[in-house]
Amino acid sequence: MKTFPIGGIHPSDNKQWSKASAIEAMPLPDTVTIPLAQHIGAPAVAKVAKGDKVLTGQLIAEAASFMSANIHSPISGTVTAVDLVPNAQGLRQMMITIKREGDEWAEGIDRSDELVKECNLEASEILARIKNAGIVGMGGATFPTHVKLSIPAGKKAEFLIINGVECEPYLTSDYRTMLEYGERLIVGVRILMKAIDVKKAFIGVENNKPDAVAHLRELAAGVEGVEVVPLKVRYPQGGEKQLIAALTGRQVPPPPALPIDVGAVVCNASTTVAVYDAVQKNKPLIERVVTVTGKHVAQPKNLLARMGTPISALVSMAGGLPEGDVKVLNGGPMMGRAMVNLDSPVTKGCSGITILDGREAQRSAATVCIKCAKCVEACPMGLEPFFLSKMSKRKSWDVVEANRVTDCIECGSCQYTCPASMPLLDFIRTGKQTVMGIIRARAAAKK
Amino acid sequence: MSILLFTVLTLCVLGVLSAVVLYFVAQKFKVEEDPRIDEVEKMLPGANCGGCGFAGCRAMAEALVKRDDISELFCPVGGGDTMKAIATYLGKAAPEKEPRVATVRCGGTCEKRPRTNTFDGARSCAVASSLYVGETACAYGCLGYGDCVTACAFDAIHINPETGLAEVDAEKCTACGACVKACPKGLIELRKKWPKGRAIYVSCMSRDKGAVVMKACKAGCIGCGKCEKVCEFGAIKVENNLAFIDSDKCRLCRKCVNECPTGAIKIIGLAPLPKAPKAAPAAAAAPAAKTETAAPKAGPAAVKAAAETAPKVEPVENKKEK
Amino acid sequence: MANRFFVSPSPHIHTEQTTQKIMADVIIALLPALCVSIAVYGWGVLVLTAVSIASCVLFEFLIQKYLLRGECTIGNLSAVVTGLLLAFNLPYGLPWWIVVIGAFVAIAVGKMTFGGLGKNPFNPALVGRVFLLIAYPAQMTTFPAPRIEGFVDAYSGATPLAAAKAGLVDYGSYDMLGMFNGAMAGSVGEIATLALLLGFVYLLWNKVITWHIPVAVLGSMAVFAFVVALFMGGDASLLYEFPLFHLLAGGAVLGAVYMATDYSTSPMNHRAMLIYGVGIGVLTMCIRLWGAYPEGMSFAILIMNSVVPLLNKYVKPKRFGLK
Repeated sequence: MKTFPIGGIHPSDNKQWSKASAIEAMPLPDTVTIPLAQHIGAPAVAKVAKGDKVLTGQLIAEAASFMSANIHSPISGTVTAVDLVPNAQGLRQMMITIKREGDEWAEGIDRSDELVKECNLEASEILARIKNAGIVGMGGATFPTHVKLSIPAGKKAEFLIINGVECEPYLTSDYRTMLEYGERLIVGVRILMKAIDVKKAFIGVENNKPDAVAHLRELAAGVEGVEVVPLKVRYPQGGEKQLIAALTGRQVPPPPALPIDVGAVVCNASTTVAVYDAVQKNKPLIERVVTVTGKHVAQPKNLLARMGTPISALVSMAGGLPEGDVKVLNGGPMMGRAMVNLDSPVTKGCSGITILDGREAQRSAATVCIKCAKCVEACPMGLEPFFLSKMSKRKSWDVVEANRVTDCIECGSCQYTCPASMPLLDFIRTGKQTVMGIIRARAAAKK
Repeated sequence: MSILLFTVLTLCVLGVLSAVVLYFVAQKFKVEEDPRIDEVEKMLPGANCGGCGFAGCRAMAEALVKRDDISELFCPVGGGDTMKAIATYLGKAAPEKEPRVATVRCGGTCEKRPRTNTFDGARSCAVASSLYVGETACAYGCLGYGDCVTACAFDAIHINPETGLAEVDAEKCTACGACVKACPKGLIELRKKWPKGRAIYVSCMSRDKGAVVMKACKAGCIGCGKCEKVCEFGAIKVENNLAFIDSDKCRLCRKCVNECPTGAIKIIGLAPLPKAPKAAPAAAAAPAAKTETAAPKAGPAAVKAAAETAPKVEPVENKKEK
Repeated sequence: MANRFFVSPSPHIHTEQTTQKIMADVIIALLPALCVSIAVYGWGVLVLTAVSIASCVLFEFLIQKYLLRGECTIGNLSAVVTGLLLAFNLPYGLPWWIVVIGAFVAIAVGKMTFGGLGKNPFNPALVGRVFLLIAYPAQMTTFPAPRIEGFVDAYSGATPLAAAKAGLVDYGSYDMLGMFNGAMAGSVGEIATLALLLGFVYLLWNKVITWHIPVAVLGSMAVFAFVVALFMGGDASLLYEFPLFHLLAGGAVLGAVYMATDYSTSPMNHRAMLIYGVGIGVLTMCIRLWGAYPEGMSFAILIMNSVVPLLNKYVKPKRFGLK
């Protein structure tokens, strides 16, 4: 069975908690807060002001540049504020607050469940619809999808890769999406293939989801060029570069090279469904599937929630927080960000809420490095985490840069595998951020 | 005997040969260097702290020798005397700078700023600040993991376990600026160094609106602007909801201290002015508590003055000094 | 009840493996060999091992507590492993006070001088062993004959390698199977190749070590011996008997699996591990064939230990995205 070439770990997947619960729609929230920065790139520019009436699906903030994304109102009601509001990490961020009044939708959105298979639009029209709908990578990276699909001049896409790997432990939102929205997914795949003009598409799914593989295979049977590929379970298979290598054997060269340099365009499974909605139904990205899970969560669930719904509402739907020590994560336990503010909203990149409690809420105490080299073995990018971490801690930025810290994908495999429980990635991440800053400053100085 | 002689001779010849080889190699690879660089380096403190902006004392010495105009260069550790001595040696004009001291501009002690969560990552301010707001609701305050402590080459800054804040030992501080660079929150400022460790500054860097500040911390600057109005020397400016006292314009008149509703203006080594009787009991408590922890080096004169002018204000410190 | 919120950067989950568990796994892997040794030499082996372990732990405790004044580290079991490995490298019947001296050198000089676990450049157990070999050569090379029935008693007191050095070995008729099972003279832990290999499988299974170093060491030894055998003349059967003899004798497996793979003294990536392993194998064979000592594993490992920082610096792991 296929997998990526270097490193990787095998944490227990813990998907059993929420795996079996079908996607359930959240009741509409009374108020929503919509951050203007829900994607990589420039924050969107608010198009509404306090007191404005908005409809569900109406554009409320516009992409500020090419590398940005539109934002639409997830509910209908009145804008009560456009102000700084603390986000999940407690940092104040520009957000639009809307109070709900009924549920009136903007015109032109097809809300029926009917599957529209045929798509006769030109590639450029498809792209425009995706851009208008404000679709971004929903696996967590939140890279604007229209940017990814705009193939730079002189380069040629050879295949589309649909990321249904969901290698993060606990999370099941992509899994449930593939099972329940499979028909829409396959149409989405065909639309994307048309948009980037490729004849071949792979849907990569890890082998711990055999039913999803079987289901998609059945649906893709009559579709030309679409192949569902089961992959060996191994973290971080869902990393873009790892997935491309696993499926095609091609390795994306180190930065600044991009997947398109090896002819690949990767799109997350949930994103693909959103693409279907945007192109076929004219429905912007205003809701998504969020897994709420944890070992001691009363009813782990996969919830279809409108953007901007407070996370606390989702948590109470799942039975509330367990008692005692908790760590609430926006995302999965490997790459998710810990939250301090549960009133913060669901955003486009929020694939799950993982709740760790008790002993798991805390890290074990770090001891000394025994030079076991397990971090080197686990690194999927072929780096030396122990060394990068040590040098970042010492602030030897030139050494850190020379040892290619910019290759790091922050997957956390090194820290997971460290028997001394050292906070390897904590320091590597600051090292990477600093070095990126130095590189940008250097580039700016050259100009 | 002949063996001994032979051995001795061989070793001697080998020694001489190696010496000759070494001599020629040394000649061949000799690097011409201004001998004054060595001399200047000896005159510098040798802390290699980087406070001057160079990689170390050697690099600084090179710059001092090579540049014609050295008025831009300054060794904060050695201070004016060292620079004067070096300038005299090199026959150049010495840069003049007033002595400065690092000041941590946060007053959010554990009791003033309630903790809302527990940080469990690597104990590093850089790591924590790139992750999230911190253990309190204030995004601007001191995190207390001691990146500044690690950066300090002079053992002049420490985290006080009681307040959870970084505190500068003014006597040891050389104003090299290493901590200023190390603090990810930009809390540390190099301010004019008054005699006897005296200082008045705004111990807050929060640019949040007043209401937000009050919610997160009881000792924060809410940007009310009262201090700006009362200052006769134009030393105080309120910008972005935050007051700033320019230490070069401030004359330590202390009027602002009594005006501040949250006690964010910290006074060290000096007694506050006597207050209007009505406001005294409530407002006086805050500055008193602060001076107690932060001014162990307050001169006897100051204490005396305190005892005379406002005996009720600093009972704690009086006890300590006795 | 109010929740206590914890926050940290990702990742938020962690493997079950800890330093302590790894060390415990190494100890478990060494137990079969210890059992064989007890069967071959008697209960005295256990006393020797106990003295070695106890003194290693004691010295680490004392140094950590009174000299380094750090946290107590004996809980991570690394001193136990050092003690066990040291005992494995000593001949049965060694006076107890020599064992204590060896343990002292191993822990104090070999390990704690450099700051303790993870910081020592040389394998502590081998530092202790080599010190004793040089300081007490007579005691260190006196091997009692195994008390197993049917053992070919011709070379009692001499290890197979010492016998080979003296030209007493006829490779064709040598009892290789006996060597494999532990019926030969030698250090406490080196005689039971089969048991040591069992432990190797256990370590691999639990992902404590990777195959790279042991395979590189043993493989390069075999290849080297094969080439030498080509030039030795004699029977064609010598071509496999000679390499096999060298793999079974003189603690080759003990060294390759347990000593050369010591974490802090071996390289940090697979490429460097292979180079390091081949270096040990070749050096061992050179010492055995042309050096003054009959066995060369300890010296070869210590020499290659000193090359490790260089290997770490210049041999980097394979980078993703570069062919």
